Amino acid sequence: MAFTLAAMAAATASMAFALDGQITIHDPSTVVFCDGKYYTWGTGGTPLVSDDGWTWRAGTRPLRTGAAPDVIHIGDKYFMYIAGGGPPGPQPPAPSQYRAYITMIWSKSLDPQSPDYKWNDGGVVASSNGLEDSWAIDPGAFLDPTTHRLWLTYGTYVGYIRLVELDPKTGKRLDPNSKPYNLSINGEASDMFYHDGWYYLLQTRGSCCASSNSGYNIRMGRSRKVTGPYLDNDGTDMIEGGGKLLITGDERRIGAGHFGLMDLGQGVYKFSFHWEADLDRGGASVLEIRPLLFRNGWPVAGENFKEGTYEIQSVRTGTSLEMAVEGQPVGGGRGGRGGGGAGRGRGAAGGPPAQAPDAAGRGAQADAGRGAQADAGRGGGRGPGGGGGGMFGGSGTPIPDQQASQVDSNWPAGEVPVRMANYMLQAQQKWTIAPAPNGGGYPGSPYFKITIAGTDRTLAVGPDQELVVLPSFSGAPEQLWRIDEVAEGEWRIVPKSAAGSKEPLALSALGASFATLEKYDPSSEKMRWQIKLP
Amino acid sequence: MITLRRYSTLATAALAGCAFVAAAAAQSAPPAAHKAAPAAAKSASAGKAEAAKSASAAPAPKFPVTLVKPVGPTKAPRLAGGWIQRWLVLDPISSSGLTQKVVQEEVKKEYFPGQFTTIPKDGDKVTAAHQPLPAAPGAARGTPPQYGDVELTWHAEDTLDYNLNLYHLFFPLKKPTTNVIFYVVTLIDCPQDIPNVRLAIGSNAASVWWLNGEELIGLYNDRQTVQDDGVSKRITLRKGQNILRAAIVNAGGATDFCARFLDEHDKPLHGYTITLNPEK
Repeated sequence: MAFTLAAMAAATASMAFALDGQITIHDPSTVVFCDGKYYTWGTGGTPLVSDDGWTWRAGTRPLRTGAAPDVIHIGDKYFMYIAGGGPPGPQPPAPSQYRAYITMIWSKSLDPQSPDYKWNDGGVVASSNGLEDSWAIDPGAFLDPTTHRLWLTYGTYVGYIRLVELDPKTGKRLDPNSKPYNLSINGEASDMFYHDGWYYLLQTRGSCCASSNSGYNIRMGRSRKVTGPYLDNDGTDMIEGGGKLLITGDERRIGAGHFGLMDLGQGVYKFSFHWEADLDRGGASVLEIRPLLFRNGWPVAGENFKEGTYEIQSVRTGTSLEMAVEGQPVGGGRGGRGGGGAGRGRGAAGGPPAQAPDAAGRGAQADAGRGAQADAGRGGGRGPGGGGGGMFGGSGTPIPDQQASQVDSNWPAGEVPVRMANYMLQAQQKWTIAPAPNGGGYPGSPYFKITIAGTDRTLAVGPDQELVVLPSFSGAPEQLWRIDEVAEGEWRIVPKSAAGSKEPLALSALGASFATLEKYDPSSEKMRWQIKLP
Repeated sequence: MITLRRYSTLATAALAGCAFVAAAAAQSAPPAAHKAAPAAAKSASAGKAEAAKSASAAPAPKFPVTLVKPVGPTKAPRLAGGWIQRWLVLDPISSSGLTQKVVQEEVKKEYFPGQFTTIPKDGDKVTAAHQPLPAAPGAARGTPPQYGDVELTWHAEDTLDYNLNLYHLFFPLKKPTTNVIFYVVTLIDCPQDIPNVRLAIGSNAASVWWLNGEELIGLYNDRQTVQDDGVSKRITLRKGQNILRAAIVNAGGATDFCARFLDEHDKPLHGYTITLNPEK
């Protein structure tokens, strides 16, 4: 099923975009990166591959297929764990349907075109005998970054979610006779990760495999030890039914399951999972990628960016990005006070009181009102809603939003610098952010173009690696923007190309009135932006 | 030992900061009330008596002292923050607005010969044309101002703070600080080329900044002096002297500015000196 960006944009204005291309899958393995491509496999071996994490296509089935595989990259090997296969040779009759095996295969590459692409059989790493309180399916691999020990969780609603230790060099069970740890109940599709002192156990709860009638949702607990106990936000142990929600159905998609962490570096985390039913795709089960954020020590499902018209405000300075042209007050404004004498701090402490504009209209905003809308704000207080009249009474009638077409006659025709200013709802401060046709993408989203609302004037990177607004959009990489949520409501804005820079640069509020591009620092508020409805 | 300004009796720069705070408090409250505050826990009558005694002994309010005359040929940027604290400041020139269009037009007018090229000395005088003249004695209120040539003086100043407070400089000189332009200049002396730096400034209110004749920053409209409000593109400070000029435009109220350079890591730049003596 092919979905073009244009069609999606028309149909889903102000909505999140699902991934593009061939994305039908169920129980996807954690999305992993290998030699410039992203890979995932689902139940039955469904293979998906992508060059950018946004547009996907069918890939190549691995050596072995089964239910709900997971993949992890350690050193020069990719280990795939699959619920399927089993020990060689004939087996005695199963005492129940819950006898199962999790097996491992590995390859040095995931790219079938690579000479290193060759799946090797690693044998059984976990199992359930059909009588014990476990059903060994849905593996999830986890490499502890603090100890470099490799772990595997597995299990479903039949019995416990369990944990066994593997050998990170071979991917095999470290001690086949060791007793598994019981971590949780009431879930399946478990996985783990470590962040900032906590181990997180994620599992999927609810019913699956019924399209829009699936109640799948991803729940979690956390522990200071990899072996648990894993408690939820209420302190309830997951082995007694606890579990804090990470994500459930939203907008046009139902049933979230099979979490997989994507650490994209520089403090940017995302997670892969599947929706049981994408209503825009006829209820198909599809791959999804979302930002993974943290609040008070708990993971939070972030949002992929939604197209619309916005103010772009610096978290650091509180000032907003604007095209550097003379602003016109919305509705025309009025003179205002003549000075900044009320300002705080030592610079202002010795100053005299502020003065009203003089008779010649020399106030701070005196000239701003001379533009096309100069008359609109006069006569304050004459209307019925004027609040009593006088200089603070307003006009008595609503003031419409300022449109670029009302004020752009004074804007330069060519390139215009970019700066930041207090947000005053002016046309040069409003940006329309929309998917760039044929612009490609990144994990979870298409690249965006950022234009002054109502115009084709385009935010771009200039040859000196500084920001500029170009007269029109051409689709060049310097005009394409990656927008990732990196904290709740806070976004990182990165150009696809930055005039030959060898390292990724991000939009940075270096000054209160000046933005530039700098190497991304996840700890700096300079590079975090609130993208707010205007 | 620092040579203090003409209206200062304080002996050290450190004391100047105390005087600033005391003077600010004195401006916001009567001296008696200010002095009486510690006595609040005592009985009302005793407190009143002590307050009255304190009031009679209270010194007259002093104007804040944040500026001193430069001593020595060079000065390093302030250790904390890398602020440029040595400037030549010209008496104010009349202006009429803070918008981008008006500021750009007015700061680029030539009011006196050599305005954009010369490096003045402390006390140098220039004559600016078409400036409002002081009202004639006995002139009726509302009488339109007369215009003519006005002699303006350059002042060499070291600020004790991160910023240079223009009101502190010109109020005692009975010069206007409302609807005016202040031209300032200083020399940045570098031992070698320093690439990938940025000029970072704040100003109350609008300002335009030039380095070696190239316009780097323009800030417009009513605004307060925020550190690193305006930041330039990446530039190279060349070996030897670099001429840093600015025009600060004020409409009313407080007026001041601050400036520093940031290195390639956005940290305050050091490793250069500031002088007001042009190289031969």
